Amino acid sequence: MSHVPGLIQSIERSSAVLRLLAAGPGRLRVKEVADALALPKSTAHSILRTLEHVGFVEQDPDTARYRLGRGLLDLGHGGIDLNELRGRALNWADALASRSGEEVRIGALRDDKVVVVHHVFRPDDSVQSLDTGRLLPPHATALGKVLLAYNAPAVEAAERAGLEAYTRGTLTTARALARSLSETRERGWALSVEEWEAGRAGIAAPVRSFGGLVVGAIGISGTVERLCDTRRQALTVQVEHVLSTARAISRDLAAS
Amino acid sequence: MTDRYVLAIDQGTTSTRCILFDRRATVVAVARGEHPQSYPRPGWVEHDAARIWRDTQRLIKRALSEAGVESSQVAAVGIANQRETVVVWDKATGTPVAPAIVWQDTRTSALVERLDAELIRSRTGLTPATYFSATKVQWLLDNGLRARAERGELLFGTMDSWLIWNLTGGLHITDVTNASRTMLMNLTTLEWDDELLALFDIPRAMLPQIRSSAEVYGTASLLPGVPIAAAIGDQQAALFGQTCFSPGEAKCTYGTGGFLLMNTGTEPVRSNHGLITTVGYRIGAGEVAYALEGSIAVAGSLVQWMRDGLGLIATASEIETLAGTVDDNGGCYIVPAFSGLFAPYWKSEARGVIVGLTSYINKGHLARAVLEATAWQTRDVVEAMNADSGLTLTALNVDGGMTADNLLMRTIADFLQVPVVRPMVAETVSLGAAYAAGLAVGYWSDLRDLRNNRHSAGRWSPSMDEARRAAEYANWKRAVESAVFFSS
Repeated sequence: MSHVPGLIQSIERSSAVLRLLAAGPGRLRVKEVADALALPKSTAHSILRTLEHVGFVEQDPDTARYRLGRGLLDLGHGGIDLNELRGRALNWADALASRSGEEVRIGALRDDKVVVVHHVFRPDDSVQSLDTGRLLPPHATALGKVLLAYNAPAVEAAERAGLEAYTRGTLTTARALARSLSETRERGWALSVEEWEAGRAGIAAPVRSFGGLVVGAIGISGTVERLCDTRRQALTVQVEHVLSTARAISRDLAAS
Repeated sequence: MTDRYVLAIDQGTTSTRCILFDRRATVVAVARGEHPQSYPRPGWVEHDAARIWRDTQRLIKRALSEAGVESSQVAAVGIANQRETVVVWDKATGTPVAPAIVWQDTRTSALVERLDAELIRSRTGLTPATYFSATKVQWLLDNGLRARAERGELLFGTMDSWLIWNLTGGLHITDVTNASRTMLMNLTTLEWDDELLALFDIPRAMLPQIRSSAEVYGTASLLPGVPIAAAIGDQQAALFGQTCFSPGEAKCTYGTGGFLLMNTGTEPVRSNHGLITTVGYRIGAGEVAYALEGSIAVAGSLVQWMRDGLGLIATASEIETLAGTVDDNGGCYIVPAFSGLFAPYWKSEARGVIVGLTSYINKGHLARAVLEATAWQTRDVVEAMNADSGLTLTALNVDGGMTADNLLMRTIADFLQVPVVRPMVAETVSLGAAYAAGLAVGYWSDLRDLRNNRHSAGRWSPSMDEARRAAEYANWKRAVESAVFFSS
């Protein structure tokens, strides 16, 4: 078995498994996969289980045979079903609203906009209405800046669409946006202060699936006074709330 | 640190959870342990009560250590529990003498069939079913335990009694909500009914004393000095945790099925539509709040059927994605009468149907019909409750896993024509137990204090055109008729 140094052997083997499943009628036992690729059965099994974990293969519960998974069909769809994301994040998002005292949103990129996947009200008794399904501008919100920070093509798309100014603070040049996104990547969370609506700020962090893939962002939003100090910097305690929630959801997603 | 907390024990059907709440009703720590379900024969479902008690002790300790809280910081312990499940144990040794018979167990169906339904309904508010405890106790006595029970060596209790007996080292009590599910308690006197005890041939000496849902019963040896101050059945706990304190307020918990309870005030409302009359809660020496209960037999399980039975979706959440690919049901309706129709129809022979199929219908329409089926069943139960109680539901408080389904929640608001409200604390069962215990020891001062803790996490308002709603409801009713027509 030849192997080119510097390349990762398990990825080569995984691709071979996928090609094998794609080539025939595509329902193979572990032993058949192992035999076809001259791999130990335990290695073939580990590869198949990993591919199953990421959704690229599925095991028929009745026959125990493996076939290509539906994860391959929606490779272009961002890695997670958005309703699934809401279901998995629900309890964490509620706890974030409780702890931070602010409203919580989960967002994901769809067609170059941030779609609100989930919205939890601010825990006071004010009249609020659900935002779920609403589209937000990516360059002007903390959620959007997190999603752009880990998605270069989406940044280009946002720039092509034009960085519309909503307030005097909106980042309207490619350079200013790039600086903010780079800062977001460095510290692992995004802040927007009066960039979309006057008087309001947002703090958001990435939600990652297995392999580190950013599948969404979770964040809080509220008045500048409640989220920031007098120098308009995010309050550490609120940043910690957002980060620990994002990490908890990510752990949960990666484990499944 | 002088912060104090309330500990809730939620002893459920598949797991036990210990949750620590602070004064603002925020979850401070959660410890959860699953226990095995035993199915020794078809229709039998059993639990190992000794194992559940061991789990409970471990989880209490874990919850406290996770939060870094000393037992001296626990103001009170409250228990919410799976209802109707029967434990019988040896009074001298504290050892269960048989596996616990779980509420889902149907081994006593022959005993239930022989019952005088009218008598049972008038005394207990319950429609005879294998769910309730009485026939399960009877079965255990008939199968080898009668002599010992008559010698006074055995005690019976639901899970609340079992845990309290163990926590306190020998106090044998139950609360009025749990007692109301045994089919042995007189709903008017709130005491064990001698005639029913004679009917089921159960010695009174093995029964626990019936107490209020919130009062100091005793202290826990595991947590020195900490009062055990509440016991309440899990669905009633959810009603209390949702702060449904006024007549007409209701909650629905959406899981595999759905449980809708409406507070009907201080007088029991007898149902003419096959709903169950039950005790909602009783705080200290206060008046009893009664409730009407209706269940939706098939809710989340219909989504599971789409996933596992039809393979149309990979995860339950995807039902919403699939339903979102179309704008409406395309004229298609699903009546999930998998094991007959429950309240308010009560047609046990009815079988599920999918009606209105044309070549236009695709899987998106089916997904929508699946979600709508849960919403219409909710409306059927609500209409029955409104009719029985003379009250009008003004908002529906929801909890449970299916509240993550945004489209379903919107649809329920549309079909009921009332707002649907999701509370910030999803753990409503545990919260209800914590609230009851906290009230009993003055941790919270009164119901208004509890109300102040209540915050909405989400609220869906109805937005459906009235004429369309009426037309759709008429179609649903016709679909239900076809399910009855297609009886097995």
